[in-house]
Amino acid sequence: MNKNSKGLQRAMTAPFTVWMAIFIIIPIALVLFYAFTDANGSFTLSNILSIWEYKSTYIVSIELAFVATIICLILAYPLAYSISRMKARHQQTMVLLVMLPMWMNFLIRTYAWMTILEDTGLINTLLKSFLTLFGYEFEGFAMINTNGAIVLGMVYNFLPYMILPIYTVLTKIDKSVIEAAKDLGANGFNVFTKVLLPQSVPGIISGITMVFVPAVSTFIISKLLGGGMTYLIGDIIENYFLGNTGEVNYNVGAALSLVLMVLILISMGIMNRFDKDAETSGGGLF
Amino acid sequence: MKRFMSLIISVCILLVSFSVAAFAEDQVVLNVYNWGEYIEQSTIDMFEEKYPDIDVNYTTFDSNEAMYSKIVSGAASYDIVIPSEYMVSKLIQEDMLAEIDYSNIPNYKYIGDAYRNLASDPENKYSVPYFWGTVVVIYNSQFVDEEDVKDQSLDLLWNEKYAGKILMFDNPRDSFGISLTRLGYSMNSGNEKEWQEAAKALSEQKPIVQAYVMDAIFDKMESGEAWIAPYYAGDAFVIQESNPDIKFYIAKEGTNLFVDSMCILKTTEHKKEAELFINFMCEPEIAAMNAETVGYATPNTEAKKLLDPTITENAIVYPDEDYLKNNTEVFINLPQKTQMLQSTLWTDLKIISAEEGSESASLDWIDIFCIAVVAISVISAVYFFIRNSRRRKLWNQ
Repeated sequence: MNKNSKGLQRAMTAPFTVWMAIFIIIPIALVLFYAFTDANGSFTLSNILSIWEYKSTYIVSIELAFVATIICLILAYPLAYSISRMKARHQQTMVLLVMLPMWMNFLIRTYAWMTILEDTGLINTLLKSFLTLFGYEFEGFAMINTNGAIVLGMVYNFLPYMILPIYTVLTKIDKSVIEAAKDLGANGFNVFTKVLLPQSVPGIISGITMVFVPAVSTFIISKLLGGGMTYLIGDIIENYFLGNTGEVNYNVGAALSLVLMVLILISMGIMNRFDKDAETSGGGLF
Repeated sequence: MKRFMSLIISVCILLVSFSVAAFAEDQVVLNVYNWGEYIEQSTIDMFEEKYPDIDVNYTTFDSNEAMYSKIVSGAASYDIVIPSEYMVSKLIQEDMLAEIDYSNIPNYKYIGDAYRNLASDPENKYSVPYFWGTVVVIYNSQFVDEEDVKDQSLDLLWNEKYAGKILMFDNPRDSFGISLTRLGYSMNSGNEKEWQEAAKALSEQKPIVQAYVMDAIFDKMESGEAWIAPYYAGDAFVIQESNPDIKFYIAKEGTNLFVDSMCILKTTEHKKEAELFINFMCEPEIAAMNAETVGYATPNTEAKKLLDPTITENAIVYPDEDYLKNNTEVFINLPQKTQMLQSTLWTDLKIISAEEGSESASLDWIDIFCIAVVAISVISAVYFFIRNSRRRKLWNQ
């Protein structure tokens, strides 16, 4: 590569570098700064230490996000697989269908679930009128304002982020590899565990990342579908920054986000160990 | 540091607004920051028509606290804000409001005597009342037995018969206000024990609460999803219009009286125009239009005469002055210590799970679990880091 093209390359990456600096590096630096200072700007560890009292909230957030991620994975893998085995024309349509809900505003989609799950909502009303037709007394299911509703909201909103990376990886797997495995006497189960699954690990990992991270830090889903009955860590961070509880405290809010960020980074780091050949096969987020 | 951040943000905003500003160089832009669903939109158009060289940039907030954090962060500059009285006194204390030149607001003469010299602004220098109202208990008469509402008490919100059908304010000031009043204490109590008791009552209530909401109350009460909720009287009136089964009362234990006032922020560069706006909003016809839309009580005596008498004679929307004096309490700005206590108690209330009702002391296993998780992740991170760097060394050799 000669000097000119290097300069050109640098010039072309400049916009992104500036973008990164303003909207990624500076905010993270600010989070770090606030997390380790008090209201007067002098160094303190008390913000980080005060987070211990929110441990149960961290656990609930991680638990719900974890369940949502697992459900997403179970739903997404078979779907991604069957899409990847379709004709190219059909694949396009299916991917479009997966993306379709994302064209609508996130909030509106979540509000829609609210009216579906309510005690007087779509599901309960239909079930009630159907069952009373046959003379059964039906009280209706309590669905809205439960942790289950929050998980449902997470799964619904983030499922496409699980399907797409797995699908991308699966389409790259050469069909002849599967044929070869079958030729060599592998049954369906063995083909899946020994050939397909190992090769799709990068997609699974980036899918898990893309679902788990937004799910663990969400606050609007818990507010709308959880009815404010379950606090997730995102809710507490929001409160500290907006002062909804009557106390604006950027420092504790930043410390909470920092700890969440570190927790996510650590879990991503551990998970990437399962993906030993991510560097060679590509498709992973890291 | 806050300044530094606001600098960065304002630079970003500036860059964006340059293009806008280029078109409207001699136009004055007046930034008005008000509660959501709290104005008749056409009155703004009328103002802009009357003063063609002023553009109103109207934005909304959904709680006093949200408004406060937005203006102190400096992320956006506003000229006029319309907070409630306790927030007005907080803003005055922190020297954030500009003194209003009342000679520029001739329509101030229409403001009733009862709404002048409020405790929040005793010398009447900084605020012009916009609307006032009380907090009422709303219920759906189709589902709630007449017997249970007979004594017009706040206990209805704690009635286990209606478990899962009760809504509560998703903001600590109003929720604690109700709980404190129910226990016979002042909403502005400075006594920690009373706050603890109120918090305990709220945590006992949590298992029968359907949800903590603010504006979502409209939907849930209108559709019959929820049957009982405390909310602002003006909004109760609006809900009643779309569901005639809705009824409401002022609790016998007492209630909160709020007055939302128009104020000018000290940082404004368009004080004259801001005063024009405030004056315009005090115009009887305009104030009456607003009152009709939002359903709250207007402090404007002339505007009140223009309204439909069925509204102004409604003793719940417009309670008489004796009643207000004896049964209502105005929020004052809580001292810092009480505010912190309120914040902690509220967060604790929201963290406990609804099934438990109260946080049990036997959470020791959670401590152990947390320590284990943190330890394992730190150890494995260190382990992988060392192994990686070793591997790299091997490769390099």
